[in-house]
Amino acid sequence: MKNRTGWLAASLSFALSTALAAALTAAPAAAENIKRGGILTYMIPADAPPSLDGHKENTYATLHATAPFYSTLIAINPDNPSSSTDFVCDLCTEMPKATDDGKTYTFKIRKGVKFHDGTPLTAADVATSWQYIVHPPKGVSSARESYMVMVDTVENPDPETVVFKLKFATSAFLPALADPFAYIYKKETLEKDPTWYEKNILGSGPFKFVAYETGQSIKGVRNPDYYHEGQPYLDGFTAIFAAKQSVRVDAIRADRAATEFRGMPPSARDELVKELGDKITVQTSDWNCVNLLTPNQKKKPFDDVRVRRAMALAIDPWKGAPALSKIATVHTVGGLVFPGSPLAATKEELQKIVGFGPDIEKSRAEAKKLLEEAGATGLKFELMNRNVDQPYKFVATWAIDEWSKIGLKVTQRVLPTGPFYDALRSGSFEVAVEFNCQNMVNPLLDVAKVLPRSVYPENYGGYEDPKLIEIYNSMLRETDPAKQRAKMREFETYALDTQVDTIMTPWWSRIITHRSYMKGWKISPSHYLNLNLANIWLDK
Amino acid sequence: MYRYILNRLLLSIPTLIGAAALVFILMRLIPGDICVVRLGSGGSINPTAVANCHAQLGLDRSLVLQFFDFIAGFARGDFGTSMWSGKPVSQEIATRIPVSLEIALLATLVAVLIAIPLGTISALHQNSWLDHIVRTVAIAGIATPSFWLGIMSILVVLEVSHLAFGAPWMPPIDYVSLWDDPLRNLSIVILPAITIGYRYSAVTMRMTRSAMLEVLREDYIRTARAKGLFEHIVVNRHALQNALLPVVTLIGIEFAFLIGGLVVTEQVFNLNGIGRLFVLAVQNQDYTLTQALVMLTVAIFVVTNLAVDVLYAWLDPRIRFG
Repeated sequence: MKNRTGWLAASLSFALSTALAAALTAAPAAAENIKRGGILTYMIPADAPPSLDGHKENTYATLHATAPFYSTLIAINPDNPSSSTDFVCDLCTEMPKATDDGKTYTFKIRKGVKFHDGTPLTAADVATSWQYIVHPPKGVSSARESYMVMVDTVENPDPETVVFKLKFATSAFLPALADPFAYIYKKETLEKDPTWYEKNILGSGPFKFVAYETGQSIKGVRNPDYYHEGQPYLDGFTAIFAAKQSVRVDAIRADRAATEFRGMPPSARDELVKELGDKITVQTSDWNCVNLLTPNQKKKPFDDVRVRRAMALAIDPWKGAPALSKIATVHTVGGLVFPGSPLAATKEELQKIVGFGPDIEKSRAEAKKLLEEAGATGLKFELMNRNVDQPYKFVATWAIDEWSKIGLKVTQRVLPTGPFYDALRSGSFEVAVEFNCQNMVNPLLDVAKVLPRSVYPENYGGYEDPKLIEIYNSMLRETDPAKQRAKMREFETYALDTQVDTIMTPWWSRIITHRSYMKGWKISPSHYLNLNLANIWLDK
Repeated sequence: MYRYILNRLLLSIPTLIGAAALVFILMRLIPGDICVVRLGSGGSINPTAVANCHAQLGLDRSLVLQFFDFIAGFARGDFGTSMWSGKPVSQEIATRIPVSLEIALLATLVAVLIAIPLGTISALHQNSWLDHIVRTVAIAGIATPSFWLGIMSILVVLEVSHLAFGAPWMPPIDYVSLWDDPLRNLSIVILPAITIGYRYSAVTMRMTRSAMLEVLREDYIRTARAKGLFEHIVVNRHALQNALLPVVTLIGIEFAFLIGGLVVTEQVFNLNGIGRLFVLAVQNQDYTLTQALVMLTVAIFVVTNLAVDVLYAWLDPRIRFG
């Protein structure tokens, strides 16, 4: 059932270490005597999702509220969610082997799966859902269209088969296919009204929809016809929206909720552990999320690479990460690739890149010299940030302090999410605190964030760079792990050192505190993964 | 009286139209586009999808047409559909108004029960130790932000319950209506009502005290005392009833404010009320919902002011409406 792609061997050490971490943090459900029943109450750290449509959205607020209602074609192994290569079938019967030189994947679909309205789910539903994700019809929005760049066609030659044909062979395909937002919708409904799923829920997942009250809660009840035998273990769930961290912490403390699945800062973890002792369980992981400090190269003097280089040189991540990790949800120094991944730079490789040098005094002296050469000594600018405490404001405050050490005078402008994105898209900012949060650890696609906007619509740096695109395309098509890694180093060095298109900050650290009676769930490096609740049970 | 009420109601029409014009213009001055926000969480924005969204929401029409549509809908009592959730605005408001209304009523009750007796006692014993204590409590109430008091009250409940029962307890965080489960409902709303009621009572207490002090110095109070009336009759019938006029105005204004103004307190207690809906509507640039909420608030203020004026006549028979 498990994927065996070419780069598995190279991933072995990473997979082993993450699996070991997972094993240490939570005992396997199979080894315990699973109890059935009960209602799981958990918190969603948001006011409300923009819509309920997973195909269109990219926010955890949608996923945390709707994932338990839906099936996907494949998924990360819920018993090993820290892995980046361990995929299991959800709606398919067996993980396929690629044919046609790695360009064709044929999936057989389970028989007897039903949507919650009782109608059968067939390969046509799977294929149509994926067609809408990969090549949405005119006027329909898909958040993952640019992500699935390698897919040419999705077809269903018969009611039990779905065939993905790729434009080129790439090891990035299967992780991309395990996207947790890629819900399987009903073909008939989707074709009749592609916006129907924005406000309605009809899936085939472990829980059936009961009620949704905007800004308050969403409720689900066990699907008795669920196709994974014996699951789900819960009778149902209630997810309560609570944007304020203090409410969520207090709710877990008073057992009004068992957990939240995004992540808490170290202070909240310490408070709960101190208060509840062994009644609380803590699971931690590196998080496939990072804040980027992106200069707008359409604005002067940020079009001058010397200025961008000086900004990177001023920051000392090696000293900053351990200090910040005490107060914010950041932890690990890394480059463009998620730390720990086989494609990530080693410490020695990182230290050769600007902004990661081992001698900060030397770096800052060089930074001052560069600013002087560029005529930007004592430069004043505005750092635009999103109105989110963790870790955005902490990271920004730290960066401003670091920049002040080379004479830069930076003020922070905090905007609500809507106007923040508006400013990013319209380019009305000087330097912005951005983020790159992905679900599956899929470095080949995750690093696309730094590609120019003509290729990657979520890039706001205001530059065009054919050379960067060329390196990327060559890397994406490379299937040999060693060569792929070498190309990743070339790509990373070019983006972070030669061009300094963006400045890295420490990668996030995910801390999940949950009531110890909540069993069967394991942390992953993403707050988007392992959220259908099928394997959770309550030891009460 | 009926003529007066009718006149006041007719006068409220230009007020409502003025408020409608203001909110309509201000919402459209805020940078951003609801369709971009709605379609943009995935990053890439499909221009055709945005155009379809504009057409679907009627945002592709001229601003004048949109404004007249809004006014006409409001006159018919049709607030339209929320641009964000797609649900009827009346349904969105109806879900939340019971929460806000219940808390506003309870907070008013708490405030009145505390403020009027204490304000009166404070005035009757001016500059005594009792007066000093009441004034200190009142000033503390005005100076303490409700949200901070809310957070503190939850923490106190958690700590006390932990010490007393061995496990921390706090009120439920998912709202149930009073009719479905009265006890659970009360346990949810009591803390926010006390928290808000305390600040509200502090303001009202100060007003009651100063109004009472003023009335107690009037000639007719001296006359009443000279006639040998019992002190409680002098205070309750002659002084307090007259001193209540400005207090009632204050209570009315505060009550109207509470319906839509509990933004932070609702966040602290995770209550899904009108204040939180207001913030969501503005954040999401949901024009129809924001417009309806502003109009609702204006209408509540108009009706409350009218009710206060009518109450004046009852409190002071000398007041007659022409």
